[in-house]
Amino acid sequence: MLKKRIIPCLDIKNGRTVKGINFEGLVDAGDPVELAKVYSQNGADELVFLDITATHEGRKTMLEMVKNVALSINIPFTVGGGISSVEDAALLLKNGADKISVNSSAVKNPNLIKELAQKFGNQCVVIAIDAKLINDKWKVFLNGGRIETDLELFAWAKEAVNLGAGEILFTSMDHDGTKNGFAIEALKKMSEIVNVPIIASGGCGNMQHFKDVFLESKVDASLAASVFHFGEIKIPELKTYLKTNKIEIR
Amino acid sequence: MKVTIIDYGAGNVFSVKAAFERLGKNAIISADAEEIKSSDFVVFPGVGHAEDAMAQLKKSQIDLLLPNLKQPVMGICLGMQLMCQHTEEGDTDGLGIFEDLKVIKFDPKYKVPHMGWNNLIDTKSILEDVNEDVYFVHSYFAPISKYTIASCQYQEKFSAALQKDNFFACQFHPEKSGEVGSKILTNFLKQI
Repeated sequence: MLKKRIIPCLDIKNGRTVKGINFEGLVDAGDPVELAKVYSQNGADELVFLDITATHEGRKTMLEMVKNVALSINIPFTVGGGISSVEDAALLLKNGADKISVNSSAVKNPNLIKELAQKFGNQCVVIAIDAKLINDKWKVFLNGGRIETDLELFAWAKEAVNLGAGEILFTSMDHDGTKNGFAIEALKKMSEIVNVPIIASGGCGNMQHFKDVFLESKVDASLAASVFHFGEIKIPELKTYLKTNKIEIR
Repeated sequence: MKVTIIDYGAGNVFSVKAAFERLGKNAIISADAEEIKSSDFVVFPGVGHAEDAMAQLKKSQIDLLLPNLKQPVMGICLGMQLMCQHTEEGDTDGLGIFEDLKVIKFDPKYKVPHMGWNNLIDTKSILEDVNEDVYFVHSYFAPISKYTIASCQYQEKFSAALQKDNFFACQFHPEKSGEVGSKILTNFLKQI
């Protein structure tokens, strides 16, 4: 049986993790490579690194980080943030990233998805979508949620898959940071609309939220950041809990 | 001990090299025929599109070299699919090492790619002691055949690993399969 995946997400700025990270037994919690190793050893199924650096210098640091992560861990990882061309993606993949995720750049230039898929295969291309419910419509937002677009979530998800995206990382901005659980209704609908794996993101506060999203929707993976970084949820405990609830977990 | 990873422009060689280095083995990345021929072990990785990858192999004449190697060879993912007779991806003829075996596409009724951790079943040969989850990501698969040394269930049972004499091949990524993957690569390095 294919297992449901648990994915910690790390925000990176200038090669360092941001957001206060309070991880037991970690000498340098700001070092993404060290954090990646701990998550990998603790049973994370995959990792996502989101580069929020805006500068050119920072980008170079990111490449170095990707290389060190690839040397240090033996589970797959996705890198996202600021990828706007095939060349950007090629550099990250060459340095050991397994998948690349595109968000705003794909909305501005949907053809990018097609180009990436043709060059690297659909399995390499993750479309990340941030959306918010406005007047009963899920609207897509860009630039980390700062810019509203006219795009509707499900229509965009479908188009992105048609263009060649092999996976969807959907973050509900309404749920993100609330710790009240994932956007299950929207995730359910998305599973009916597209036929690629879906990663749920935003809103996770406790272990039951993982159970609920896996039992109630057909998502393939769940992503979270702070609950893992602050040790509020420990991955080995989470996995045992999900297994006892009859969810297929590695 | 010399391990050579064939470089033909089809991605992911860095992670494969890193996996061997974590086992304390130095692996070189090369497309040079002499380098490949003189290796104790050859790894044939691959990520991307079958048609493009096959064209690259032909360009560098690795398509002629690879089927004649006598040392242990391991194909990974697209590498495995190209070692078969044919793949539906781009209607491409492969190297035919796994003779008559034809790689086909998963039914799009189900989620494709098959992406994530899935367990090996019916394992034998170098995978005999491995029944755990390994990491898969692929949209095409080789059906069960006489070469199958491990299967996996997704929609139907398919070949997770193949072997013919000194040629081994995995549909999954041992370099991305945690400790289990390391064990598989270690088992492979015992094949001399």
